[in-house]
Amino acid sequence: MTTSTSQQLIDFVYAEARLLDEQRFEDWLNLFTDDAFYWMPLAPGQQDPHLHGSLMYEDKLLLRIRIERLAGARTFSQQPRSRSHHLLQAPAIESADSDNGRYTLRTAFHYVETRLDRQELYAGWAAHELVTQGGQLRIKLKRVDLVNCDAAFGNINLFM
Amino acid sequence: MSKYRDRPDAIRALVRDTQVHKDLYIDQELFELEMEHLFANTWVYVGHASQVPNKGDYYTTTVGTEPVVMVRHSDDSVKVLYNRCPHKGTKVAGEVCGNTGRFFRCPYHAWTFRTDGSLLATPLKKGYDNTGFDSCEASQGMAPVPAVEVHRDFVFCRLNAHGIGFREFFGDSLSTIDNMVDRSPEGKLQIAGGVLRYMHRCNWKMLVDNQTDTCHPMVAHESSAGTAVRVWQQAPQGTPKPMAVELFAPFVSPYEFFEKMGIRVWDNGHGHTGVADSIHAAYSPIPGYWDRMVAAYGEERAQKILGEVRHNTIYFPNIMVKGPVQTLRRFVPLAADRTLVESWTFRLVGAPDLLLERTLMYNRLINAPTSVVGHDDTEVYERAQEGLRARGRDWINVARLYDPAERGQANFVTNGTSESQMRNQFRAWANYMTRTMQEVAA
Repeated sequence: MTTSTSQQLIDFVYAEARLLDEQRFEDWLNLFTDDAFYWMPLAPGQQDPHLHGSLMYEDKLLLRIRIERLAGARTFSQQPRSRSHHLLQAPAIESADSDNGRYTLRTAFHYVETRLDRQELYAGWAAHELVTQGGQLRIKLKRVDLVNCDAAFGNINLFM
Repeated sequence: MSKYRDRPDAIRALVRDTQVHKDLYIDQELFELEMEHLFANTWVYVGHASQVPNKGDYYTTTVGTEPVVMVRHSDDSVKVLYNRCPHKGTKVAGEVCGNTGRFFRCPYHAWTFRTDGSLLATPLKKGYDNTGFDSCEASQGMAPVPAVEVHRDFVFCRLNAHGIGFREFFGDSLSTIDNMVDRSPEGKLQIAGGVLRYMHRCNWKMLVDNQTDTCHPMVAHESSAGTAVRVWQQAPQGTPKPMAVELFAPFVSPYEFFEKMGIRVWDNGHGHTGVADSIHAAYSPIPGYWDRMVAAYGEERAQKILGEVRHNTIYFPNIMVKGPVQTLRRFVPLAADRTLVESWTFRLVGAPDLLLERTLMYNRLINAPTSVVGHDDTEVYERAQEGLRARGRDWINVARLYDPAERGQANFVTNGTSESQMRNQFRAWANYMTRTMQEVAA
């Protein structure tokens, strides 16, 4: 098993956010395991993604649909495109099981999404559940908890 | 002189047989008149009784733009009160939901009210001796909304004390709510899973119109549902079809499918798409559900209940119900160009959990601010809200499959791509806007 150093784990989280802000969505999706989920709960401290609503609870198929849609010629809601900006606090390593290559990190963030003259600011915490596959770190679960997850929102078009 | 206030003829002139004037969507004075008249003359959805199961439970919401609180009174009835202290105006109930015990207590001066609104006590009561307090409206406590009806746990109210009765207003349209409730083997629904809240920069009626607009899915949703189908087609042969694809794919059915599914139009602005068929008709069976339905109702009746595949039912003015998916959407008017959409989900009591899971997935994929289908729709509404500012074209067209004979009919079924339900809504709009309006001579 390849062991990741603390710095490698932290760098991974930074690099993931950078791929999103640079809109390198294919590279971003490749960071996820085949059985991964991207989860944005609807309630603070939510435990159940199945029998309670969420803003997003998406497997790789749904994430792929999103990415291909963003590139579509008739995706009118992305003409013009949205842009994003992640500002991350230093990720904290919450747990490390080096023997099995499994790690969890928690990262406070401010996220800005903009389109045309509108710019929205969101704040929250991202939890990364990472595993090691073929010597590479991969995301098994990315959980995004917005501080105001139960508020009314306009369109959230991209990924936090 | 204002353009529309006290001018019912001017308001009626905005609705023609096959066109409506753009002011319905962009004029703030009309919006305010809607709040004063339309939302006071009609029966408006407040909430679901399962949100207030125990005595003292309350839920705060709005009717039009007015703050109300729905509360379970000490006699177990459901009351709807204006959420306003009669003293200084403070909203008495502060949380979205909670339990207030035997009485409400205003946080400003500790006036207390029974859960039917009546005044219980005021501190330093002697200070009101010989002030004529008993003849002030404040002594009457929190004002109750005068007309409340609970139909199978769905709570509606009419703000005006007098007006059309509940049964007369809804007529046969209640059959959609009935069908959704009957889908529970115990004949009972519970609000479950939280509520998705989605802010729109457009008029509330654009959302209502869209619910029975069957000529947009294959166009506006090509980007989302169309992409979902295309991505799914790349999956290896034999891969089981995921629930998400099953929910997305029917949105891009061809025109012919929507033509054949049919629209039913009732009186007073109510109606539904999906009579003979619908985008909800071909979902995979949920294991164990059919057996529980048969045990509860017998095979014939269970077949009849589940055979209803109604798509979107509009309860005019501002909610939409999907029986086969167990969702209710409330289009909350905030301003002429601002609408909050709440999408609620129900658990069918006694049915397998997987049904609620599917309901929640549908809501997340279609109705969330993070939903790609929602993004498609919101984009066209918001573009329309801006586009309608243009001069040169003052009317919105709703002529599709117009038949002059439809005007007098209270219950008819027609081609699923007809705009007859939208026309029905606008006729009801003109009617309930002007019923309580007096013409003032110029």
